[in-house]
Amino acid sequence: MMADSAPEEIAVIGNIDITSAELKNNIRNTMVEIDKGLLRKMEISVAEAEKRTGKNAVNMQETYTVYLIETRPVDTITEGVTPAPDSLWRRYSEFELLRNYLLVTYPFVVVAPLPEKRAEIVWHKLSADNMDPDFVERRRVGLENFLLRVACHPVLCNDKIFYMFLTEEKGWKEMVYDTGFQAKADSRLKAMNAAFRVKNPDKRFTELKHYSDELQTVLSQLLRVRARVADRLYGVYKVHGNYGRVFSEWSAIEKEMGDGLQSAGHHVDVYAASVDDILEEEEHYADQLKEYLFYTDALRAVCRKHELTQFELETAAQDLASKKQQKEELVTGTVRTFSLKGMTSKLFGQETAEQREAKLQALEQQIEEGEEAVKEKNKESDDFVKTAWEDIECFKEQKDRDLKEALISYAIMQISMCKKGIQVWTNAKECFNKM
Amino acid sequence: MSGTIVDSAVFPNQTNTMAADISGQMLDLDEDDDLEVFSKQATRGSAFEFEEEEASDFKDIFVTVDNPESHITAIETFITYRVLTKTTRSEFDNSEYEVRRRYQDFLWLKGKLEEAHPTLIVHPLPEKFVVKGMVERFNGDFIETRKNALHRFLNRVADHPILSCSEDFKVFLTAQVWELASYKKQGPGLLSRMGETVRAVANSVRGVKNRPEEFTAMQLYVEAFSNKISSLDKVTQRIVKEQKEYLGELKEFGPIYTLWSGSEEELVGPLKGVAGCIERCCKETEEQVNQLSDTLVPTLHEYVLCSESLKAVLRRRDNIQAEFEAKNEALATKKVDQDALKEETDRLEDRVEWANSALKGDWGRWQRCMRGDLKSAFITTAQKNIDYYEKCQAVWETFLLSQRMDGSEDAEKDDSS
Repeated sequence: MMADSAPEEIAVIGNIDITSAELKNNIRNTMVEIDKGLLRKMEISVAEAEKRTGKNAVNMQETYTVYLIETRPVDTITEGVTPAPDSLWRRYSEFELLRNYLLVTYPFVVVAPLPEKRAEIVWHKLSADNMDPDFVERRRVGLENFLLRVACHPVLCNDKIFYMFLTEEKGWKEMVYDTGFQAKADSRLKAMNAAFRVKNPDKRFTELKHYSDELQTVLSQLLRVRARVADRLYGVYKVHGNYGRVFSEWSAIEKEMGDGLQSAGHHVDVYAASVDDILEEEEHYADQLKEYLFYTDALRAVCRKHELTQFELETAAQDLASKKQQKEELVTGTVRTFSLKGMTSKLFGQETAEQREAKLQALEQQIEEGEEAVKEKNKESDDFVKTAWEDIECFKEQKDRDLKEALISYAIMQISMCKKGIQVWTNAKECFNKM
Repeated sequence: MSGTIVDSAVFPNQTNTMAADISGQMLDLDEDDDLEVFSKQATRGSAFEFEEEEASDFKDIFVTVDNPESHITAIETFITYRVLTKTTRSEFDNSEYEVRRRYQDFLWLKGKLEEAHPTLIVHPLPEKFVVKGMVERFNGDFIETRKNALHRFLNRVADHPILSCSEDFKVFLTAQVWELASYKKQGPGLLSRMGETVRAVANSVRGVKNRPEEFTAMQLYVEAFSNKISSLDKVTQRIVKEQKEYLGELKEFGPIYTLWSGSEEELVGPLKGVAGCIERCCKETEEQVNQLSDTLVPTLHEYVLCSESLKAVLRRRDNIQAEFEAKNEALATKKVDQDALKEETDRLEDRVEWANSALKGDWGRWQRCMRGDLKSAFITTAQKNIDYYEKCQAVWETFLLSQRMDGSEDAEKDDSS
């Protein structure tokens, strides 16, 4: 089955089998609550990844990865029989499209982030290559996590486009574009990047913005140092591997010490090799932190949207106030505010009564419209603040829960590493005793 | 006559230095005078038959090296070490002695011992000069390491059934500084010693013709051993380096969690907990690295030096045999001076036998020591690693416990044990 852009030639390069990873997958995604939203009705998973080649839009050969999304209605499973799931293939760019659509359509929601497009903060042994199977695997897990988060979000889970993403392979892209979200996306982008000053932002959003900035800084730093620590730890363990080789060679020339040395060497080799598993597990921890690092962007986006709405409200209110001011001046004849009209009338004489009347009427019309606009903007702003803050509170709870879990799992990993170390060195010590 | 701590002013200067330098070159010497020494020792020859635990059960001499002190004179600055001896041996006038010795004195002693017993295996001294990458000469660590090595050297000599009976050893342990200086001046003069060096070189160039199989086997072993122990030394030093770098990064890791906790509310507890754990683990890591540096590295390093000593011993044995073989050939070819030559050849032949027995006897002893030393060092290292991991595990488990206690829904997940 194919992904979107219908390339001319499709070559399936390799199927990256991930059965053992499903185990990891369970560990990884149990943070997402299975009894919420869409997940109550269906099981969702990103089961596999495959490499494809094809010609892209500019008719050039490219290699890309596609991911298999499997869905299965929940009730069919409880009947004891597990029917084959429905499935379709999607590539990373389609996930991006889905997310952009959601961001634009639900600006008050803190939308879950996607996993990294490119491997960025990695320690040196880990490949920074997008085609590397380990990277692809971790991305698969991240994509699944994204889908699950969206699926159990109280608002997002009801979205039709999201549902189609999971179920309609063909024509999904067209559906998305048909919603006209692109125009909204463009104007949103412009607005997000515009510079404007808000007079009375909601203090909570200002604080939230500061928090997101702090969290982003600290998590970036944490991930960078963690990668360096992993690098060093790798070095320590791997150098021990040399002992094994030398012990083995040395044991060949010794009589009494030979056996002890040889077997001790074997254990030290085991020690050296154990670091690979240890660091692989730690990557999951890093991924959990990364998710929240990327979440800070979503948080900032919501804050920005609030500022925008607030700004529009303030602008509308300001417009209204100035119109009212103008009307008052017209009525009372006093000119408080400087205006070209005022100047010219001073210079060239007053206007006629009809002219004044016409202007007054126009102004009153504008004031009426203005008041409507302000009412609307007010409601918009209030609604936004209310819904956004609800979602943010949920997010905060989720974040505290997830990160606490992550820290605990880090501790568990450290304990496991220590236990392995104790085991290996106890064995080695026994062998040394026999020397 | 117990020694006392010597005032730097009394310390001799130039001649002492020269003597010490020459003594370093005396390794390949064979002195005719030593025949006297040899025959004296011959009465103790039965000592060669010792098999199992000798000195340890009947240890009657205890030596310690400690208390390094700096001495500054007009010409140089150097360190002296206190050498304390406690003994019940009758050869010693007193039961306790305290003297101060500098590195040159140890060098002198080693030279004398090797001179007197060219095919006995004398424990190596720490290096004269600092190897690249290590700390400077008067740094505390360097002095401490050297002091420990000097202590081991003297103890090995004291434990050796033959070497510990050496007169030079006794003088070293008991003489006052000025007494030692004048004692050192005795013996063959500079010129005769230089002549002997030349002879030694000539012998080694000549080479040995009929080396007994067992000594060839020994040589092969020593080369392989030297190779392996050098590798182990390098590997261990590399591990120390990597550990230190790991520690460096780890020290930066913990504080970030603390920093993070400043932005959080609910997560303050766990974040500070993790930061604390990492800090404790840093301390444990530091201790572990120190253990490696203090125990395993010096031991391996000493055995690297040992293997060089062994090679020298084998060379000296070969030279003794070469000299005999040369004389033997001369005996066969020359027609004149047959009697004198025969006497000389016989003497040299005895010497060869003597040298071979000495080495054979000492070889087993050395192997046992080596095995004991290295085994003990590796066991200590393994144990330290176990301790390290046990302590770290306890740290993290305490944290985990604290989290599970006040965590509502907790992580009854995989208990990856």
